[in-house]
Amino acid sequence: MGRYFFRRVLQTIPLMLIISILVFLFIHMIPGDPARTLAGKDADVAEVQAIREQLGLNDNIFVQYIKYMGRIFGGDFGQSYKSGIPTTQLIGERMQNTIRLVLSAMLWAPLLGILFGVLSAVHRGGFVDHLLMFIAILGLSAPGFWLGLMGIQVFAVNLGWLPVSGLNGWKGLILPSFVMGIGCMAEMARYARSSMLDVMREDYVRTARAKGQVERKVIFFHAFRNALIQIVTILGLQIGALLSGSVLTETVFSIPGIGRLLVDSIFFRDYPVIQALLMLFAFQYVVINLIVDVLYGFINPKIRLE
Amino acid sequence: MSQNKLLEVKNLQTEFPYDKNKTVAAIHHISFFMEEGEVLGLVGESGCGKSVTALSVMGLIANSNGLITEGEIYFKGQNLLTLDKRQRRQIRGGAMSMIFQEPMSSLNPAMRIDKQIMEAIRLHTDLDKDQARALTRKLLVMVGIPDPDRVMKNYPHQLSGGMSQRVMIALAMSCQPQLLIADEPTTALDVTIQAQILELLRDIQKEKNTGILLITHDLGVVAEMCDRVIVMYAGEIVEAANCQELFQTPLHPYTQGLIASVPKLGSGRTSLPWIPGSVPDLLSMPEACRFAPRCPYATDKCRAEKPELEEKAPGHQARCWYSDANLPAQA
Amino acid sequence: MKEDQKLSDLLQENYIDETVQAYQGSRFKVVMKRLFRRKTAVFGLVVILLLVFISIFGQWVAPHDFEAYDYMNTLQGPSADHWFGTDHYGRDIFSRILVGTRLTLGVALSSVIVGAAIGAVLGLLAGYYGHWLDSLIMRGADVLFAFPDILLAIAIVAILGSGIVNVWIAVMVFTVPSFARMVRSATLSVKSSLYVEAAQSIGSNDQRLLFRHIMPGTMQTFIVNFTMRIGSAIMAASSLSFLGFGADVTDPEWGAMLSQGRTYMDIAPHMVLFPGLVIFLTVLAFNLLGDGLRDALDPKIK
Repeated sequence: MGRYFFRRVLQTIPLMLIISILVFLFIHMIPGDPARTLAGKDADVAEVQAIREQLGLNDNIFVQYIKYMGRIFGGDFGQSYKSGIPTTQLIGERMQNTIRLVLSAMLWAPLLGILFGVLSAVHRGGFVDHLLMFIAILGLSAPGFWLGLMGIQVFAVNLGWLPVSGLNGWKGLILPSFVMGIGCMAEMARYARSSMLDVMREDYVRTARAKGQVERKVIFFHAFRNALIQIVTILGLQIGALLSGSVLTETVFSIPGIGRLLVDSIFFRDYPVIQALLMLFAFQYVVINLIVDVLYGFINPKIRLE
Repeated sequence: MSQNKLLEVKNLQTEFPYDKNKTVAAIHHISFFMEEGEVLGLVGESGCGKSVTALSVMGLIANSNGLITEGEIYFKGQNLLTLDKRQRRQIRGGAMSMIFQEPMSSLNPAMRIDKQIMEAIRLHTDLDKDQARALTRKLLVMVGIPDPDRVMKNYPHQLSGGMSQRVMIALAMSCQPQLLIADEPTTALDVTIQAQILELLRDIQKEKNTGILLITHDLGVVAEMCDRVIVMYAGEIVEAANCQELFQTPLHPYTQGLIASVPKLGSGRTSLPWIPGSVPDLLSMPEACRFAPRCPYATDKCRAEKPELEEKAPGHQARCWYSDANLPAQA
Repeated sequence: MKEDQKLSDLLQENYIDETVQAYQGSRFKVVMKRLFRRKTAVFGLVVILLLVFISIFGQWVAPHDFEAYDYMNTLQGPSADHWFGTDHYGRDIFSRILVGTRLTLGVALSSVIVGAAIGAVLGLLAGYYGHWLDSLIMRGADVLFAFPDILLAIAIVAILGSGIVNVWIAVMVFTVPSFARMVRSATLSVKSSLYVEAAQSIGSNDQRLLFRHIMPGTMQTFIVNFTMRIGSAIMAASSLSFLGFGADVTDPEWGAMLSQGRTYMDIAPHMVLFPGLVIFLTVLAFNLLGDGLRDALDPKIK
């Protein structure tokens, strides 16, 4: 287990380095000159040149990268071209909203999804199975941004039950959390169902029944426990999808989070912010996958005892 | 009901759905019995209904989508098919238990060995955790595991196939069953391990007087282990006899074929006789004798009328229009 | 002697090929029969065929000119004349959706075809040749995977800028890594299966193995994922358009239409309702067909 963990941590380092290089390079391929954008329409060549110099855009790309990475390790992600505020501060202010949003979806979506999947598998071919899987495929196919907008129209505008935008109190979280989690729930339900069906065909489930164990416990202690090992493997992917779903959800509900910030920054070509956000998203995802892998190693005795 | 019979199966028919609202019978009017402490062999090719019979007796056939449509199963005089789920569970794993073909995959990979055995013990006895653990250790010693304390803490993937089957036997024997159903218990194991496991089963049977229903396709195993033998073909019993008698005077042509196809040491033959053709599809089963299409002796009568399982000699039944003596000449 | 040996090899090799083909040939009918037994899959197929029909003939079927401004009739709700109502320029939304089908479906289909092809080739190479090539391709996929889901497409659009062509590229790139991974693992499992070993043992060369044996073996997973992926591509493309990165505002792209409707949400919710509903139904159709195909191709998983 120790070695497995160590190896996984080591694997993420080159991955993060490559991602940082790619993000850095690609951002510099963005068409348009940020110095010109920053200087405004009326600026003359000398002014633009001065800004270029100030931003270090005249150095060669390799030097720029090394300087950039050096600053990152000092906790400096640069300043926003748009507002002049340090990127870290900009992101820090908005991070909280995104975390609230992601957590609010993470609390119910995977759990409900797994529950639906297990129920479906246990009642395979029956009414419950058909109903839950129908819900799942609807959830998988419905565009979240559309659901969000329609939800606002019905529950906020027409019925007045929920706020139209923002994250005010628990009421404000309901719709965004639903929109964010529905796809994750649907995916988890479908995957949990097929994992459970796989596992329920296994010989050891038959052994558990042959012991005279009650069906409920056969399902839970023998089938589900093993299905969970499979289910956990896609958890990372699903949480990642939740994270990136924040871009759409925050746009729909006008929530000032990092997803919305990314969209705004792309429109403004705000290099330092885009760069920092892409690195942040990638980093979050890599870390989540690391946690999930460790969790996987922990619940799977074959790896835990390695 | 005859009280001294351990198990008595009457007219058992188990069907499986295969298309919308259609079912096919995997076993057809099976009847047999077992005395207490007897080792009964159930022999046949794969797909002949041996395992379906075992799972039907065990009460696990519904989990494989099977449905018992006819017949009765008496265990110690009690018809199992009239019991409710709870009563059925109490017998399963308690007075009647089962071991399987693939020991490695029959143990829960996410559970330690001691937990798996203790689970069975605590389901059927009033022992507390420590007592159950002590019993588990004793059982592991009984099945010949040299370091029970280590094995108890192990997960299945840390055990070999032979070890796993020993653990399965310990599990099955944990509640002193009177009937142990062993479904191809040695098929997945190495030859040397096979012999050890068979010896273990025989020892346990002698010591505890446990009845064993041994399901196998291996006539060598039957000869070594069984008191009586039932031969199945295409979902039906074709012959039933005392073990020695079956090998000496097999009455059904299928049994004769099976016995002839077992290699004998020093017989000097380089090629083995075999039974031509293959088991008919369950969906297109001949109305008459099911073995007729492959039988070297088949006559028009065989292809037109269905023979019943008849007593040809005391304690020796066969499903054939002709007994051994008056088989028609081979066509 | 040498000639004889060659002949026998040839016979054997042909025999294996024929067996594989006969197996697949007879399977086609079985798979189709199983597929048509599932009502939901048939529904998906019918909707997709309808969409294909509309994307070809949409312009002629549309009741109105999709670009005709009508300032007298802006933001009208659904009526007999305008089934899905009109937008802020008085354009007929139903007609715009019909005409836009070609754009939406075309972008999704073509980007997935190209992305899947690139991914499949990379996956085949990685899985079959292994070693450094495998590491290189799979680490590349890892990097792309570090941007989960639609974020990769957003990142690409962030680099390339807005516009339908860039959305196409983004969706295409977004498709590549998942196919590379999937085809690689399918290749690995087929590679270790008996019939490829048999073919290898009688001396089939690499190309022959890849194209005659391994490719057909990975088809099953490929077809199912391909179908489902078109649904995701439609979703991704319309999401990008919704965020404002995608199609030009004058294009009748469904996501872009929905995005414009947002402004008029309070007074004309139908501007959001109908384009979204159509996206939903289209994605649903591909998912249902994909599910149906999966069950039909592999009845074990149900």
